Amino acid sequence: MIDYSSVLSDRVQSLVPSGIRKFFDLLEGMKDGISLGVGEPDFVTPWHIRDAGIYSLEKGFTKYTSNAGLSVLRGEISNFLYRRFDLSYDPKKQIIVTVGGSEGIDIGVRALINPGDEVIVPVPSFVCYGPLVTMAGGVPVYIKTKRENEFRLTAEELRAAITPRTKMLVLPFPNNPTGAIMERSDLEAIAEVLERTDIMVLSDEIYAELTYGQRHVSIANIPGMYERTILVNGFSKSHAMTGWRMGYVCGPQPVIKQMLKLHQYGIMSAPTTSQYAAIEAIREGDGDIEMMRQEYDYRRRLLVEGLRNLGLDCFEPKGAFYVFPSIKSTGMGSDEFCEKFLLEDRVAVIPGTAFGEGGEGFVRMCYASSVENISEALKRLASFLDKI
Amino acid sequence: MEDVLRLLEKDARFTPQQLAAMTGDSVAAVEEMLRKFEEENVILGYTALVDWDKVDTDFVTALIEVKIAPQRGAGFDRIAERIYQFEEVESLYLMSGAFDLAVIISGRSIKEVSEFVFGRLAPIDGVTSTATHFILKKYKDKHRVFAKQEEQQERLLFT
Repeated sequence: MIDYSSVLSDRVQSLVPSGIRKFFDLLEGMKDGISLGVGEPDFVTPWHIRDAGIYSLEKGFTKYTSNAGLSVLRGEISNFLYRRFDLSYDPKKQIIVTVGGSEGIDIGVRALINPGDEVIVPVPSFVCYGPLVTMAGGVPVYIKTKRENEFRLTAEELRAAITPRTKMLVLPFPNNPTGAIMERSDLEAIAEVLERTDIMVLSDEIYAELTYGQRHVSIANIPGMYERTILVNGFSKSHAMTGWRMGYVCGPQPVIKQMLKLHQYGIMSAPTTSQYAAIEAIREGDGDIEMMRQEYDYRRRLLVEGLRNLGLDCFEPKGAFYVFPSIKSTGMGSDEFCEKFLLEDRVAVIPGTAFGEGGEGFVRMCYASSVENISEALKRLASFLDKI
Repeated sequence: MEDVLRLLEKDARFTPQQLAAMTGDSVAAVEEMLRKFEEENVILGYTALVDWDKVDTDFVTALIEVKIAPQRGAGFDRIAERIYQFEEVESLYLMSGAFDLAVIISGRSIKEVSEFVFGRLAPIDGVTSTATHFILKKYKDKHRVFAKQEEQQERLLFT
């Protein structure tokens, strides 16, 4: 018998699997269970985009593309970033089309990290950063963002976390799970801390199109930051294309050049069908983005107001499609709250603890769900809170 | 204001409380808006979208192209009025192009619809010709698809 623990890499074994799975196994067996747990658009990809993918198949475009992705698509990504975020990237040298934003994060980290390098990760945040840093031989250093700062990263917090080994800052805004955003002034303060260092920024802006009340600002737009920023974005959230796995990374040419090697050896090229669909999405899809953003905004208000009416402390999330209310007033921990709420009232929400330190006392609810579901979930939450 | 209309067009069952939360207006303001919309016929009514094929097989709908000779002074309106007064008429539109009025009517049988066309519609003064097209199958109406849409299985449950 092989002792697999001795053949498997120590690093991969050190990664902790997500503990959320068990909740969903419970939910699956329930007849009228409601999930505000998933974190993806509830819209189907707009038909004209799907149709473009199908048409590319009809024409037989089923081969690999160039490693960096179709040049037309990279050109359109460049136009898109300029038109919507005032960012200039050379499509020939500064853009790679990736398999979702996730791959971009992975190769961005791996291209920069030497063993022992520290990577600062604000939490609560999406679960992949720490494990990917660990697998690259780096050391994740977590900063707990705070409710009183609306879960934004502050310059003081950043300054306190920097050591001589700090190589990179991950900037996950608009944020999953908190819905926090960073406004221009917040980013300028961060830039001021970074400008005297060699610390690079990996800015995960996958929710950039989903902000409410103001446009997203990229840190690459702040003076002095462009040359130290790896920008990760994609089509999953903006165009409801999660399953197509279409992302992209942009950055300084020397960095992209090295990242392209990782992409070339690990992936070859992003799915061809998806790339053709993405060309259509980026050329003709600005209206889709606005339609979906408007829908999310309605539901965001409905959920925030509903939670506040129930007496839960909930700051107004200005980005992504999550609200992150505090459940401290119930006296329960996040895990206990979520498990009981699911078992007793058949609603799945995610404990804040799933997103790292600082998430205790909060739960994540996703409003990329129908008004009917949100209203029913709120009704059940009212009855749940009544019982305790 | 337009937010409320757009939302109601999607789902007429939204309550004033839900509408208020979604648009950021107060409940009182939304109620006042609705009252005004109804009074000014901006909102004509709140109805259900029914797939009668699932309930009653004896049900046919037809689109009738109608050509008319406009009347002095009243234009098309006078004739349109004489057509839409019939209970059977579901919709009536003035069209550009090859014909003038599009009449949509439903009945229990082809015979019933035909009788309406030659018995009531065609004899109206000013109607010069009709062409009746029976609807064979409805795929989509008011942005709603009639066939139940399949949902993707095995979605990732948590990201």
